[in-house]
Amino acid sequence: MPDDVHDSKHAHSVLPSDPTLRVKALETLLIRKGLIDPTALDAIIDTYQNKIGPKNGAKVIARAWSDLAFYDRLISDATGAVADLGFHGRQGEHIIALQNTNEIHNMVVCTLCSCYPWPLLGIPPTWYKSDAYRARTVREPRKVLAEFGVALPSETSVRVWDSTAELRYLVVPQRPKGTKGWREEQLAALITRDSMIGTGFPKDAQ
Amino acid sequence: MSRVHDMGGRFGDGAVVPDFGDEAVFKKKWHGRALAVTLAAGFLGQWNLDESRHSRENLSPDDYSKFSYYEKWISALANMLVAKDIVSVEDLQCLQGERALGSLCERIFRVENVASGLSKGGSTLRESAVAQLYMTGNLVKTKLAENRSLSGGHTRLPIYASQKVGKIVSFHGSHVFPDAHAHGAGEAPEPLYTVAFKAATLWEHPENSSDLVMLDLWQSYLEPF
Repeated sequence: MPDDVHDSKHAHSVLPSDPTLRVKALETLLIRKGLIDPTALDAIIDTYQNKIGPKNGAKVIARAWSDLAFYDRLISDATGAVADLGFHGRQGEHIIALQNTNEIHNMVVCTLCSCYPWPLLGIPPTWYKSDAYRARTVREPRKVLAEFGVALPSETSVRVWDSTAELRYLVVPQRPKGTKGWREEQLAALITRDSMIGTGFPKDAQ
Repeated sequence: MSRVHDMGGRFGDGAVVPDFGDEAVFKKKWHGRALAVTLAAGFLGQWNLDESRHSRENLSPDDYSKFSYYEKWISALANMLVAKDIVSVEDLQCLQGERALGSLCERIFRVENVASGLSKGGSTLRESAVAQLYMTGNLVKTKLAENRSLSGGHTRLPIYASQKVGKIVSFHGSHVFPDAHAHGAGEAPEPLYTVAFKAATLWEHPENSSDLVMLDLWQSYLEPF
């Protein structure tokens, strides 16, 4: 085993401290060394800015609300079920779907870093990566939920899922009342990102 | 015995500030560049996911606390590039440096491979000779939240769940073991479980006695209870 644990080198400290310059410096150096392709960087940014995001997850939930067989598959094999809809890849290799009910409210955190189901929800928002969310959610989930405007009855059990391995969690919120007969696209428009993390509910039917 | 990233349960952090979905994916332009440079460099295949996590956790507590999310990424990336002899500290200083060895340049993540590369990911599920010791419903106790082989090494058992009793709720087959994989000791796959802990087991003052915290834990983190 290489003895990298007690390595006291802080190689990064020779780079400019301003983060914009710091990134630019690394990018410049790696391009010069022939190790990164600048057009690939643009394509990576475009992928996460425009192609992958919570609308993917919303499609999954809308399908689950509309199609009982898909719902059952999502609960038993979420990775396979979402792959059928075209969603798979980095930070979504092993997906588990969690059903919210009146009795159980699931919410997701990663206390050790910021693990998140990228192919379904995209890049995590700042609050998900914040120290406050990472530190407090496991200890006082109800106070954290209150900060999102979510109040749960004390009879509802909260289950906080700390993403400590490579399993990535998708919360399946309850279908809003008054949406009988709605098409999947109409349903998808009600599904918020936070409702799939467990820090919110879907929008009400208008 | 802890590192600063292991913050679950910590007091004093203040309120969470929700964005309700309104925030831009990359709030600043450099955020996107930082993500893209880090991912593209990762595709050179010179380190694995667990090494890259460990390099972020290995930032000094002072740096870890003051750096924003993507500053942690790029600073850890710079450290890893140096640790793996891909760039030198002098290269970082003058931003010049020689072109890298041809064999490494051949691994460059090209634009035409971005879509397939990002949609592929890397499963951590493996065949393993390690026998499954626990069944759903079994009570288990976690060991000390430390790397068993290397003092100060990487582990995915958080301190707040150290030496606590929980119940096995599911088994996920064998997965690559981060505690070994982060330190050049191979994938060492072993059984992975989801374990449920009662809030009252973890906290002196739980919010609600019916609440649970669920963690995904490798067999080496557990002992029978």
